[in-house]
Amino acid sequence: MRSFIRRYPRMVIGASIILAVICLAIAAPILFPFSPWEMRGAPFEPPGSPGFILGSDALGRDIAAGLAHGTWVSLLIGGVSTLASLGIGISLGALAGYVGGRVDDAVMRFAEFFQTIPSFLLAILLVAIFRPSIFSIITAIALVSWPPVARVVRAEFLSLRKREFVQAAEVLGVSHFRIVWQTLLPNALPPVIVLGSLMVANAVLTESALSFLGLGDANWMSWGFLVGSGRSVIRIGWWISVLPGVAIVITVLGLNLLGEGLQTWLNPRLSKRDLP
Amino acid sequence: MSDFDPMRDSTHVRSYRSPSRRALLKAGVAAAATAPFLMRIDEAIAQGITPKRGGTLTSLLTPEPPVLMIGVNAQGPTLTAVSKIFQPLFTYTPTLDFEPVLAKSWTISDDKKVYTFHLQENVKFHDGQPMTADDVIFSAMKFWMTLSLRARIIFARIEKAEAPDPHTVVFTLKEPFAPFLYGFGGTGFMIVPKHLYDVADLRNNPNNAKPVGTGPFKFVEWQRGSFIRLRRNEEYWKPNQPYLDEIVYRIVPDSQSRALALQSGQVQLAGGNDIEPFDLPRFQAQPNLSVTLKGWEYYGPLAWIDINKRVKPLDDARVRRAMSMALDRNFILQKLWFGSGKVATGPLCETTKFYDASVKLPPFDLAAANKLLDEAGHKPDASGVRFTIRHLPLPYGEVWTRLSEYFRASMQKIGINVTMETTDAGSHSARMAKWDYETSINYIYQVGDANIGMEQYFTSENIKNVAFNNVGGYSNPRVDELLAKSRYAIDPVERQKLLSEFQRIAVDDMPYIYLLQMSFPTYYAKRLNNTVTTAMGIADDFDDVFLA
Repeated sequence: MRSFIRRYPRMVIGASIILAVICLAIAAPILFPFSPWEMRGAPFEPPGSPGFILGSDALGRDIAAGLAHGTWVSLLIGGVSTLASLGIGISLGALAGYVGGRVDDAVMRFAEFFQTIPSFLLAILLVAIFRPSIFSIITAIALVSWPPVARVVRAEFLSLRKREFVQAAEVLGVSHFRIVWQTLLPNALPPVIVLGSLMVANAVLTESALSFLGLGDANWMSWGFLVGSGRSVIRIGWWISVLPGVAIVITVLGLNLLGEGLQTWLNPRLSKRDLP
Repeated sequence: MSDFDPMRDSTHVRSYRSPSRRALLKAGVAAAATAPFLMRIDEAIAQGITPKRGGTLTSLLTPEPPVLMIGVNAQGPTLTAVSKIFQPLFTYTPTLDFEPVLAKSWTISDDKKVYTFHLQENVKFHDGQPMTADDVIFSAMKFWMTLSLRARIIFARIEKAEAPDPHTVVFTLKEPFAPFLYGFGGTGFMIVPKHLYDVADLRNNPNNAKPVGTGPFKFVEWQRGSFIRLRRNEEYWKPNQPYLDEIVYRIVPDSQSRALALQSGQVQLAGGNDIEPFDLPRFQAQPNLSVTLKGWEYYGPLAWIDINKRVKPLDDARVRRAMSMALDRNFILQKLWFGSGKVATGPLCETTKFYDASVKLPPFDLAAANKLLDEAGHKPDASGVRFTIRHLPLPYGEVWTRLSEYFRASMQKIGINVTMETTDAGSHSARMAKWDYETSINYIYQVGDANIGMEQYFTSENIKNVAFNNVGGYSNPRVDELLAKSRYAIDPVERQKLLSEFQRIAVDDMPYIYLLQMSFPTYYAKRLNNTVTTAMGIADDFDDVFLA
């Protein structure tokens, strides 16, 4: 265990941060058993005031409660949208890489169409069209973030497809579905897992940015909303924006460390080099 | 000296003041044109101050107006700039009495059907042509009738408009219409030159790019996205006025840069949307600046929660009253608007004519609100929820979003769940017009008279699919009757009686949850004098404004 920590310090730090964040999300309803929107006292109370560990915002809402409940929203959006875009990306990438030819061309042109539009602008557009709600935000993030997954999976498939063990399976008459599912996919997954952890970080950031711009779901308290709502009153209460901002930074940092760690761990070449 | 001074009860004490135009009014409206001005200067000298000639006033316009033409666009920034170029027949004092501008005086016949305006003589448009009765008739019957819905409603009552001589205009009405004069004042009616505007397409008239009026300042140049420059009209009809050489309106899109420009003195005047509400406390403490909340008496913006009365249980007046009782208006005023304005007491602003101070809203009382909802038969379920309503926040900026959040949190306290549906400004008014909402927030301009600005929100004939109307479907035959009668009543005492009863019903029925009498702070350098003297605020002609 100790040697594992020594070998993969970044992954361990990242994983601990994420674990702590997940614990906070789960504990939020127990720690703060009330709505984060509830006005519980005087507005603009600084951190450390009685009743407000992290201060209160412009309406007298508890920042600590907002942060804790917001964790849940950020993780939910980050997780679900990443799963959805992994789903889209892996299926399309596998299809393109395995079938090749015109299908490959068609899928890649389609992916390029999404990649040429700045993804955040596209996300803003999608959310604005579909009316801001937690569902439309998840959909928008998933729709703009699948192309890199598709490209990575396609590239892995293209190289794996030429290998002898795949050719052997083909000659033996194994069905295409089984080749993809049992032979190719497990071998193509490690880089996708690394990518996935970074995508969660990206999704958390995108959601925060959307909420900051007022395109969040107005029924769910999120970190981006807190930062955005405190921005205009930053001269009166800096903590309203700064503390949720710090939460975003720590979480995204944790996810990035985890991603990097996973990369070293899952990539045999890199991990060998790390060996003493 | 007038009995009302808008600066006297303001937060700072000025060491001197120049005689206001209201002094003129008291001195006798029908007096010869020159006499009051002499008196004005005499009076000034007697008080040891002479208005100083010269200097450039730099101000802000936010957002940039789409066009600089009266009538074509009626948004705040446009009115602020064009009110220096064009002038009305009269403007309004802070108590919404009339103060002559292009009309020297006027008389109303005993049957209240014939209105005769006597115009200032020697008034010239910026292109040198004299302004005559024809221009006034053209402005009313063609220009404003075409471009302004509100003017159309008022001027449609005119049977005939005549000019017995070049300086007299006579309007004869089909029937008496009590608020008729309110069709002619302020930014709602300004005189445009007939010789430039007697064309079919008023909106696309090439002269709109270079507006020509009678005002104290002439249009010079407009560099889009940068600034608008106005220069002193050397042939202005008031001798020795205006005092300023130039007015420059800078367009600064970033709110922090605007605040800095004001703080550093690069800009001497800001109002309307220029400065964000949360900057008010900071500028109030700034020694070189004055802040006033005056100058919104004419517009009288009243914020309220609009309710779709077709939706159950919002059709029940007891439910609406309970919702109103659950809102702490003082919190909204102090914490969201930083004290800029007053809490609402009913459907009218205090400054609006025929406001009745004896009408009061039920006080903020959560226990009473809960009790009222119990009585109305809306018992809370196991999780404490009585019912759920949808809410459409007003997408006009942050403070409105906060207000909707406050509304939701307050409703939660009396067991009403509120689901928010965020939209952009276009969809907001489209959905209101389609009646596709349950609750929303809006603010309306009262423009002086109870029968002008807010009537359309209460009468059942205005239940239409048109935004900024009675979209909530409020219908009370007695209210219809009272408002119709007060429209035609000639006797002010009788009108007061009718409109007082209307206000009482409008509070009992609570078709809207009245929240705030808003006023947007005007910030100006201490050395800028006579900045806000009328009910029009900074949308006034500024012919008496000077930099000391």
